[in-house]
Amino acid sequence: MYSTKKRFTSVVAMLLGLALVGAACGDDSGTDAAPTTQANGTATTAAGVTTTKPAEVTGTLNGSGATFPKAFYDEMIVDFKKAQPKATVNYAGGGSGKGRTDLQGGVVDFAGSDGLVAAADVSKYKGAFVYVPTVSAPITVSYNLSGVDNLQLSPETIAKIFQREIKTWDDPAIIAENAAVKDKLKGNIVVAHRSDGSGTTENFTIFLDKSVGAGGSGIWKLKRGSTVEWPADTQAGNGNTGVAQIVKSTAGAIGYIDLSDAKASALKYASIKNKAGKYVQPTLEATSAAVEGATVNADLSYDPLWADGDKAYPIAAPTWILVYVDQTDKVKGETIKAFLRFMLTDGQKVAPTIDYAPLSSSLTQKALAQLDKIKLPV
Amino acid sequence: MTATSIESQSDLSGKNRVGDRAFRWATYAAGAFVLVVLSAIAVTTTRKAWPAFDEMGFHFFTSRRWVPNEGVFGARALIFGTLYTAVIALVLAVPVSIGIALFTTQVAPARLRRWIVSVVDLLAVIPSVVFGLWGVLFLAPKLPGFFENLHDIFGPVPLLGRLFGTQNGGKSFLTAGVILAIMITPIITSLSREVIDTTPPSDREAAYGLGATRWEMIRGAVLPHSKGGLVGAVMLGLGRAMGETIAVALVVGSGKSIGWNLFGSGDTMPAVIANEWGEAEGTWRAALIALAVTLFVVTIIVNLAATAIVQRSIAKSSGVRR
Repeated sequence: MYSTKKRFTSVVAMLLGLALVGAACGDDSGTDAAPTTQANGTATTAAGVTTTKPAEVTGTLNGSGATFPKAFYDEMIVDFKKAQPKATVNYAGGGSGKGRTDLQGGVVDFAGSDGLVAAADVSKYKGAFVYVPTVSAPITVSYNLSGVDNLQLSPETIAKIFQREIKTWDDPAIIAENAAVKDKLKGNIVVAHRSDGSGTTENFTIFLDKSVGAGGSGIWKLKRGSTVEWPADTQAGNGNTGVAQIVKSTAGAIGYIDLSDAKASALKYASIKNKAGKYVQPTLEATSAAVEGATVNADLSYDPLWADGDKAYPIAAPTWILVYVDQTDKVKGETIKAFLRFMLTDGQKVAPTIDYAPLSSSLTQKALAQLDKIKLPV
Repeated sequence: MTATSIESQSDLSGKNRVGDRAFRWATYAAGAFVLVVLSAIAVTTTRKAWPAFDEMGFHFFTSRRWVPNEGVFGARALIFGTLYTAVIALVLAVPVSIGIALFTTQVAPARLRRWIVSVVDLLAVIPSVVFGLWGVLFLAPKLPGFFENLHDIFGPVPLLGRLFGTQNGGKSFLTAGVILAIMITPIITSLSREVIDTTPPSDREAAYGLGATRWEMIRGAVLPHSKGGLVGAVMLGLGRAMGETIAVALVVGSGKSIGWNLFGSGDTMPAVIANEWGEAEGTWRAALIALAVTLFVVTIIVNLAATAIVQRSIAKSSGVRR
């Protein structure tokens, strides 16, 4: 009785196993067959839209790093898959520092980074790498103040608010910039910032450091960094959404949040006084204007924060993808080039629909030229 | 002698000897494995953390300032925060947990008991991030007003007033303590229940026989018997509270301050690691690993101290019997 039962189970197990293997094989042939037809289909439509059909690439790419452009990269990954069904791209996020460390260790094929590599760290990489700029986006200074729809703030005032030197909305410095809504400016200011290390914090503090920091008027004393020593009586939220939640739920709150999250939470954001002395709203056009006004270096690093130009929004954040010049794997190298090319061409048209500002056409051309520096093994 | 007699009694004895030996080695290996893994973790983390220890020296433990963008890494405020939130959690959770355990084992009717046990156990399987999100989205926004009231009532009281200072939003040491208390309650409760259940019925009957009321029976028979186990249960809860990462990171406020004000925002070692890991490079990254090493050491110290206290109290309370 016992043995028959045992035999019965083993037979069932074997059958199950066979079935699974069979199914797996079936799947394989299925996926093999499907993409060819699909690829042909895409090829024709691609040929219809763009005259040159891109060569098919088949590699799998892994990337990690900045979360600030992640929404854009995620969108790009989906779109790229449609154009190149045999290629797979994964982007894990995790933060700019993680991306750069992963690239140093060779854990990933490309890294997303909101900042540049420090000169001291260059030697830690496995070889020469290039910066490929992808998009930029504004960082808003969002606030919760009923009756005030267009708050205007200068970098001096923002620095004092975030350092808790200005603690109430009816402070003379704020009233001086917003005389029209003088009566509505009342109550205590609640400052919200990021609890996690973040490129958004880094770019926000670089903006304050460049405009009113130690090199200038010296009002901003917390320096720059992905986390700084905020005063004790400020509030911290996790991620852009965490800061947005504090601002949304606290009367009198103010915080720095990227545009898409500020919009998603229906927050009001201030016009910021730029280098030319004009108050500018955080729009994608004003961000593009800032990118236009920034000096682009030979390695395509550029700094659109506190840029010149009447229309430039002063807190425009850049972001790059870092890739090694000498690719060790031909298939991967081809896929990286194709993916980056896709982002710099078709992707630039998609960017504004998800609140990212496309690069200026001159920068796009330079970025495409940068791709030619990436060398594939023969 | 005995071996031979057993051998002669059983035809499987030869096999058994080999089995015995294999079993002994297998258990040795299992025991050693834990030590190997533990020391491997200690060695590699310390090595990776070395640049930070090297740069900061002993200041790593004594400095109050943790300012990565200036290259200053002092863990003192974070060590304080870790211990403070864990202590708050214990103060809140231990009476409730032991209360639940006593209720389910000594007071509640069997039917109710099953219900309570499964509900409490259900709490234990909820992932910590769920508690964290509940804390940050639901609890924290409701707290400032409550904190304000407590501050008005207790603020002027000497000494006690230091605990109930001014509020700074809903994220604070106390918020983290409350969330941690909810998280460790099921652990402490179920372990305490198991321990209390082992009280010999004869002890309980004897106490009743002497005319004890239920409370006197619990105090005289159940608690002395379970003391060691209860403290062990509390220690496991403490360990979890000190190591909890994401829930605390969401609600503690990231203030990096030292102060007894329950409503102030602070930070803990695991929370800082979770919050800053993504952006950290170089010495900063090493400093975060150094925090992990510090947490490891602090946990060991706390546990050793607790074990010593338990041993002493058991020896004292039941010295005659054992």
